[in-house]
Amino acid sequence: MELVNVEQLQVLLNKFANEDVYIHLETTNGAYASHFDEKVFNAGAFIRNVMLRYELGKVAGESPHRVGLKLPHGWVYAQGITHFELDEHDRLLMAGHDQSGKLAVALQISKTPFTY
Amino acid sequence: MTLPMERHVLVVFPHPDDEAFGVSGTIATYVKQGIPVTYACLTLGEMGRNLGNPPFATRETLPQIRKEELLASAKAMGVTDLRMMGLRDKTVEFEDDEKMVEMMENLIADTNPSLVITFYPNYAVHPDHDATGRAMIRAIRRMPEEARPTIYALAFSNDSKKVLGEPDIVHNIKESREEKMGAMRAHISQTAWMLEEMDKRLADGEPEAENWLHYERFYTYDFNKDFE
Repeated sequence: MELVNVEQLQVLLNKFANEDVYIHLETTNGAYASHFDEKVFNAGAFIRNVMLRYELGKVAGESPHRVGLKLPHGWVYAQGITHFELDEHDRLLMAGHDQSGKLAVALQISKTPFTY
Repeated sequence: MTLPMERHVLVVFPHPDDEAFGVSGTIATYVKQGIPVTYACLTLGEMGRNLGNPPFATRETLPQIRKEELLASAKAMGVTDLRMMGLRDKTVEFEDDEKMVEMMENLIADTNPSLVITFYPNYAVHPDHDATGRAMIRAIRRMPEEARPTIYALAFSNDSKKVLGEPDIVHNIKESREEKMGAMRAHISQTAWMLEEMDKRLADGEPEAENWLHYERFYTYDFNKDFE
């Protein structure tokens, strides 16, 4: 993955607009967060292979970026995106890696379903 | 240390690398004693957060990397019967409970183990760990008492010693230290930071680090103090 280049990422987001796409969205602070520090409130969310269609996709802010998708009747967004890649299957993978490199957030868009 | 003979040892954990930290020395010791060992790993750790810094893997390429690492770890320990069960990381507790028990029953029927090694439900921190242990304990509880394999359960939650006391089974696996390090190194995508830390501590001669490498600890599961 590469550090986000806003112009390039914006072009890719535009490419997937107004089409049925599969979404992977994930936020996490790790299953062990409150084991290592009992004061941590461990929260996260995960969806995978939910199909939707967005009319507008936008990358915003300085790094770490926000990426938002406007749907006909709703929204999807991710905060903390640092890296992106169009992989060999033409899937747009975006991720936010924290200071130690650990993944904290991921938003991925694909025209074909992700594996299980 | 020579471990007591077993007919067959069945090890069941949810993530590639779960076996490396606390059990790989024990597994390698059994293998060297000629005891058949089956390792069933429920997921490929698809949701692992370590993707390298800078990242060398993506959410989508990580499973293949971790599969290769799992194969390398099995090789390092000498395990020839490795089974990948096809579940997804962080979803084990949401699977149908009965389906999970059946999975464990099938593994038991297939391998006829005299000893099962898994996580201690409610004391194993990660929800997948607890769910794996839960399903296995339920499967074994349904067996006639005299047919049940012994269960060595791993517990490491912050309150485990307070509630369960000290582990009653302690294996000195010093003679399998190389195999254990091999298993740890096999999972390099997940263990790099930890190995770096440990090398430093070993170089400093910290007794805790040596201790960690040489001793593996388990609780013999007691159905008289069942978790549910």
